[in-house]
Amino acid sequence: MIELFHLKRDIPFMRWARSTIYVSLAFILASVVLLATKGLNLGVDFTGGTVMEVGYPGAADVPAIRAVLAKSGYGDAQVQNFGTSSEVLVRLPVKAGVTSAQLSENVMTVLRQADAKVEMRRVEFVGPQVGGELFEDGALALLVVSIGIVIYLALRFEWRFSLGAIFATAHDVFIVLGVWSLFQWEFSLTVLAAVLALLGYSVNDTVVVFDRIRENFRKTRMTDVAAIMDNAKTATLSRTVITSGTTLLMVLAMLFLGGEVLYGFALALAIGIVVGTYSSVLVASPIVMWLGVSREDFIKPPKQEPGAMV
Amino acid sequence: MNRYPLWKYLVVLVALVIGLIYTLPNFYGEVPAVQVAPVRTTEKVDSALMGRVETVLAQAGIAAQGVSMSERSIKARFANTDTQLKAKDALQAVLGNGYTVALNLLPASPEWLSRLGALPMYLGLDLRGGVHFLMQVDMPKALEKAAERYQGDIRTLLREKKVRYGGIDRQGEAVTLRFSDAATRDEARQAIEATYPDLLLADSETAEGLWLTATLKETAKKQTQEYALQQNLTTLRNRVNELGVAEPVIQQQGVDRVVVQLPGVQDTAKAKEILGRTATLEVRMVDEEAMQDTARVQSATAGQVPFGDEIYYERNGQPVLVKKSVVLTGDYITDAQPGFDNNGQSAVHVNLDGRGARIFKNVTRENVGKRMAILLVEKGKTEVVTAPVIREEIGGGRVQITGMDSVEESKDVALLLRAGALAAPMEIVEERTVGPSLGADNIQKGFNSTLYGFAAIAVFMVIYYQGFGIVSVLALATNMFLLVALLSMLQATLTLPGIAGIALTLGMAIDANVIIAERIREELRNGNSPQAAIAAGYERAWDTILDSNVTTLIAGIALFWLGSGPVRGFAVTLCLGILTSMFSAVSVSRAMVNLTYGRAKRLTKVSI
Repeated sequence: MIELFHLKRDIPFMRWARSTIYVSLAFILASVVLLATKGLNLGVDFTGGTVMEVGYPGAADVPAIRAVLAKSGYGDAQVQNFGTSSEVLVRLPVKAGVTSAQLSENVMTVLRQADAKVEMRRVEFVGPQVGGELFEDGALALLVVSIGIVIYLALRFEWRFSLGAIFATAHDVFIVLGVWSLFQWEFSLTVLAAVLALLGYSVNDTVVVFDRIRENFRKTRMTDVAAIMDNAKTATLSRTVITSGTTLLMVLAMLFLGGEVLYGFALALAIGIVVGTYSSVLVASPIVMWLGVSREDFIKPPKQEPGAMV
Repeated sequence: MNRYPLWKYLVVLVALVIGLIYTLPNFYGEVPAVQVAPVRTTEKVDSALMGRVETVLAQAGIAAQGVSMSERSIKARFANTDTQLKAKDALQAVLGNGYTVALNLLPASPEWLSRLGALPMYLGLDLRGGVHFLMQVDMPKALEKAAERYQGDIRTLLREKKVRYGGIDRQGEAVTLRFSDAATRDEARQAIEATYPDLLLADSETAEGLWLTATLKETAKKQTQEYALQQNLTTLRNRVNELGVAEPVIQQQGVDRVVVQLPGVQDTAKAKEILGRTATLEVRMVDEEAMQDTARVQSATAGQVPFGDEIYYERNGQPVLVKKSVVLTGDYITDAQPGFDNNGQSAVHVNLDGRGARIFKNVTRENVGKRMAILLVEKGKTEVVTAPVIREEIGGGRVQITGMDSVEESKDVALLLRAGALAAPMEIVEERTVGPSLGADNIQKGFNSTLYGFAAIAVFMVIYYQGFGIVSVLALATNMFLLVALLSMLQATLTLPGIAGIALTLGMAIDANVIIAERIREELRNGNSPQAAIAAGYERAWDTILDSNVTTLIAGIALFWLGSGPVRGFAVTLCLGILTSMFSAVSVSRAMVNLTYGRAKRLTKVSI
């Protein structure tokens, strides 16, 4: 039998709780500051604008493309390589007065004049109004998912657990968004989808630990809450690490093989999975403990039947 | 204790068989085909049409692999894209304008699978290439147009009733009338109220006189907007039919938007142009009196347009003063065909319906010797196509519009007039175009990342959990088959983010097996017998698996509900994947474990 962790004794996670929470709070604070100051580099999905992906038979000459576009009045176009050297992304902001539908065609004509072998691979245009709506819907989805999860966990577990889980999850989401803000990576609709999926995944991870804590509360006679939690976390540690590892394998395959469309999605998930694993072990349960959970919350008081009272 | 009753094995077996059958069509790929459908939806597809298609192909010497008939269309399959293109040209040439001849791809799966309703997954635009447009209807414009119509109607009505009004004008969505005394105004008010109950009338008074303002009532506004959207939907459908797209999607979204999806369209520029064009035809009389006075024309070009007139320009830059009132609009057109006039110049031949023909006849009779302007209104720009002198009364509703620049132009104008006008202009507010080569690339990329990710997980599981690892990998493979089968059965649209959803659920689905395996190991460590450990492992793991999956499902459902485009495709596969993974990771893997170990009387060792 191969074992990742062969542990004879429980790991004293809770003894480190204070420091891990401080680390987490520091990260959340840093993310919030970043989001407030630098903000997110919102992609065309949210701001409106045009993204074009064009392909060349050989390596593309990006500076030349930039020059050709600038000469034709598209000086505000962002041109960059991605993936292979023969593929180029052109980003254009919303232009008042020019209908979007024509914009991409015009740019394509300009590029074709410079090099007839250029091939149109993808065009995405989002009007500014639609972009705003997509952003609102995304924010609403984030809120609805959070509330849904809080309610479910409060029903299945206890309110303290649901608060702990949502804090750990918010922690993950904030850090991923913070990283996006720090590096000013483009925040697109697919990245948003990844963040929402991360919400689900991170809670999932936390719930498995909580489940064991609940079981321990019901089963053992230990009264030390910290010890109960340490025991649960140690018992589920292998599972936590292995599941994160397998999911990460899949996400990495997408990151390296999935192409431009899936790149941001996979990257957000990869970071989220690593942070999520940390938070479900080291962030979620200390909160539950400090909120004052105890064994009594899980042991139902014996039912008193009125007839039995003699 | 580790035995399933027979029915449980049967349930698992049936699920596996169904999963396999419905997954199969996805492996066969697709063959090129040509699809022939009548332009008018009222026309039936029958064996006569099928016979015609077969004859045309036989005459052109093109061998089809099969011709099939469905409710809406005839489809002919071909061995390769070359013959497909040849067949399309041949069919188009013979069948002509009454039919849409479009290139298509048909599943290559054998007949018996199709008969079971087993079809391959429906690929989204990002996987097969094509365009997606979200178009917004300009509702204020629709209301203005309605007001314009009422302006004309009220004018006619008051003239008929012999009510003398000082002037009629339109400001935005409101029509204003001026009167010299209150009695006439009341008379007009009564007449208008009786004939047009949809109008809200208001009195006002200024130094210039007494006014009556007519606006649309709220319910009428709503109705007008609904009507505009419906009309635009119909028009778009007609235009798309003209483009020859195999499986177009044209749907209403919200109150003022339309989604148009054209799979496989290569010439996106043409598609955009045809869809986005708002061309309407207007016939108005030229203000001859003003035109004869060169000084007035001069001042009109400088901005001093005579009252009741508007100034437009011909192609050669010649200004033309036309009356504001519209004689005829494109709404009365029943057909329009490109052609040539007597001098061999490009022209468009237009047929008018009964009412239009009558109006046209009256107007031409009353105005012999005067000029009539034919205006093409497009994107707020109005251009005088031609302004011929009326030589005689034109009856029968057959009109020829000359003054076209080229054959191409006459074809385009004819198409636009034939397909009908948009009730209100539309603007593309979102576009997602994917070239066909990228579509194929995306499939490859999505498939590869799923495959390699799966392989990596499989290798790890087999090394780490050995026997139980093999069971888990088989369960995971089952999960994938079931998910693909489910997607095929529902004919849900598979997109690249959807493939990402499949990959992600596979990565997460193994979680259930890990939880179970870790639990069994723990029970073994605690000194339980192998059989008891397996039973306890599965039992205790179930609660955890349920809780953790429900939370992810909540996220998936919210994503589906609020997401759009790429997010939605991801949400669909995520939600379905969670459901299939709960079945396969628990029931299917348990069935395998039970079959392997359940019968052993004295089980001393479990490979885990």
